[in-house]
Amino acid sequence: MLRTSNKPEWRQKNMKLHEYQAKELFNKWNIPVPAGVLITDEKSAVEKIQSMNSSPPWVVKAQVHAGGRGKAGGVQLVSSKDEAVSAISRLLGGRLVTHQTGPEGAVVRKVLLEEGLAIEREFYLSVTIDRSAGRPIVIFSPSGGMDIEALAASTPELIFREHVDPSLGWMPYQTRNIAYRIEPLPEAGVIRQIGEAIRNLYNLFISCDCSLVEINPLVTTSSGRIVAADAKLDVDNNALFRQKQLASIYDYEEMDPLEREAGEFDLSYIRLDGSVGCMVNGAGLAMATMDVIQAAGASPANFLDVGGGAGEEKIGRGLEIILSDKHVKAVLINIFGGILRCDLLAKGVCSAASKVSVDLPMIVRLRGTNAEEGAAILKESGLRFRVAGDLAEAAALVQEVVGEN
Amino acid sequence: MSILADEDTRVVVQGMTGREGMFHTARMIEYGTVVRAGVTPGKGGRNAGGVPVFNTVAEAVESEQVNTSCIFVPPPFAADAVMEAAAAGIRLIICITEGIPVLDALKVVEVVKERGSILIGPNCPGVISPGKTKVGIMPGPIHRPGNIGVISRSGTLTYEVVDQLSREGLGQSSCIGIGGDPIVGSSFIDLLEMFRVDDQTHGVVLVGEIGGNAEEQAAAYIIKNFDKPVVSFIAGRSAPPGKRMGHAGAIISGGQGGAEEKIRSMKDAGITVCLDLPTLGSTVKSIMTGSGGN
Repeated sequence: MLRTSNKPEWRQKNMKLHEYQAKELFNKWNIPVPAGVLITDEKSAVEKIQSMNSSPPWVVKAQVHAGGRGKAGGVQLVSSKDEAVSAISRLLGGRLVTHQTGPEGAVVRKVLLEEGLAIEREFYLSVTIDRSAGRPIVIFSPSGGMDIEALAASTPELIFREHVDPSLGWMPYQTRNIAYRIEPLPEAGVIRQIGEAIRNLYNLFISCDCSLVEINPLVTTSSGRIVAADAKLDVDNNALFRQKQLASIYDYEEMDPLEREAGEFDLSYIRLDGSVGCMVNGAGLAMATMDVIQAAGASPANFLDVGGGAGEEKIGRGLEIILSDKHVKAVLINIFGGILRCDLLAKGVCSAASKVSVDLPMIVRLRGTNAEEGAAILKESGLRFRVAGDLAEAAALVQEVVGEN
Repeated sequence: MSILADEDTRVVVQGMTGREGMFHTARMIEYGTVVRAGVTPGKGGRNAGGVPVFNTVAEAVESEQVNTSCIFVPPPFAADAVMEAAAAGIRLIICITEGIPVLDALKVVEVVKERGSILIGPNCPGVISPGKTKVGIMPGPIHRPGNIGVISRSGTLTYEVVDQLSREGLGQSSCIGIGGDPIVGSSFIDLLEMFRVDDQTHGVVLVGEIGGNAEEQAAAYIIKNFDKPVVSFIAGRSAPPGKRMGHAGAIISGGQGGAEEKIRSMKDAGITVCLDLPTLGSTVKSIMTGSGGN
């Protein structure tokens, strides 16, 4: 498994769609996709299979929000109806473990059954934002279907990039820039279809406020058609206020239940593997606090940014969410009060802590607006908080607590 | 001196009459910032907390000669607000608003550059030149006037850093949060260039974090152009891999973006990288006294 630079995007939040949903959008934007049907329960599988217009071979594809499905057995080629039925029943309701799901895997609730394609060539095509250029970028490779990151590392000359001027959109000359570098040169009809696919994909990217659309592979078939065999599409969360239709089709079942609950309270929570829970205001300070926990010889159980304007209730919910993770053995609350007042935070923490009757060590570090009042509230609560004056003291307390366990 | 904002800064607050706008306008005035105007469409002619309100930025510029804008407008309207400020000739535009769609941010950044204005943010705490002016939401009292420039992608993490500096007796010339979004108006390099030619600034603390390659680019710039001491902290060393976007982002950044890569580029550029946040203040102190900086 190649992992060149897997870095979590702790700040930039994106809404992932399923492959079948992305393909429905592709269809609307005239990007050709294989004919297929979505199957969500075994009972209707036979009926759905009957509705396939093509004869086998077909492809059965598990619909989960994680990459690496192919290697994990989530994509299967079947050559008869019987094989299709058994592949579908094997996948549905089971767990798929890929390098992106973690060891517990992801439950497969939906399966896409598609026509098999007589593939001649496989390309790679994506549109995303190049942050350093501050522009959308189209990435194309004549060697699709493979691990594209490995390809980018080993043969960067096979990765073609074209930035797009948002005020102009995708220009025909840019298609030529890409197409005439493909060896061997595809025939004119195929080049024309590639150009249309890129233009349509770019327009979809802009119209739907995507942060990423990716087709790997984009294939040419023996009949000279261009087809998006796979589809990945992420939408910019910040744009959901104007992408209500997309927001409404999001599959919340794919989310970690705790992350989902946190999202409902507008808390930015990411569950991790460690045992020291943390609650912090601000994403940068939250990451730095996780680092402090690690440096103290423990490991963080979560990332939780309660944001700037958090009130008493939100703080309480945040703490409840941290504590409902059974792996948590201690909690570090690190607040630098600016907009968020430390006394409000302390009240929220106290009411949540008394509600869930925690036995765990709780380290609280307050600084900034009304920090003294906050510390006084914690002391008077009768709950066993360990109050730290600064970050160094908080780190020492984490070390102490971890040593006790 | 100091950079970006000083005693001559005359502020218009866009979205002033909202909850956050009112709260932070009062804090800015308390700090001594010259806030001359507010803008809320439909509320022109009123007076909010002693500050006259205008319907448009152009009116505020004409009537009050404001030269700096601080924006609290909600995300759906924030891009338009930035463009309005640029069109009205505002020199420095500070966009506090969090949650602006990336595609809006792209357009705004281009427009502001064409107009010759400077945009800080979006999704940032703002700019403070301690003892002179504060345009933003950072807690004023933790800052002290002095000779350290602070640049950061974060909000509260910057407060933590500044607090440690002040407690070590190290004051600041100017502190800027450039914003945590993927697309921001001003880069580390833009601000380093300003600090380079600023007499008051004897050294810089650069606070970065995982994701993107702004830190790597800053390191490359510093090697070639920057001869004042720099101390850096990179947040996110403990963040495990996974939960990422598809492959395209990784292809673009080409192996950059992780904490270790960033720290390596910084060290290669001769920058002191502090690995333990609680000791950042003392690290800066030893570097600055060592180089005769303060």
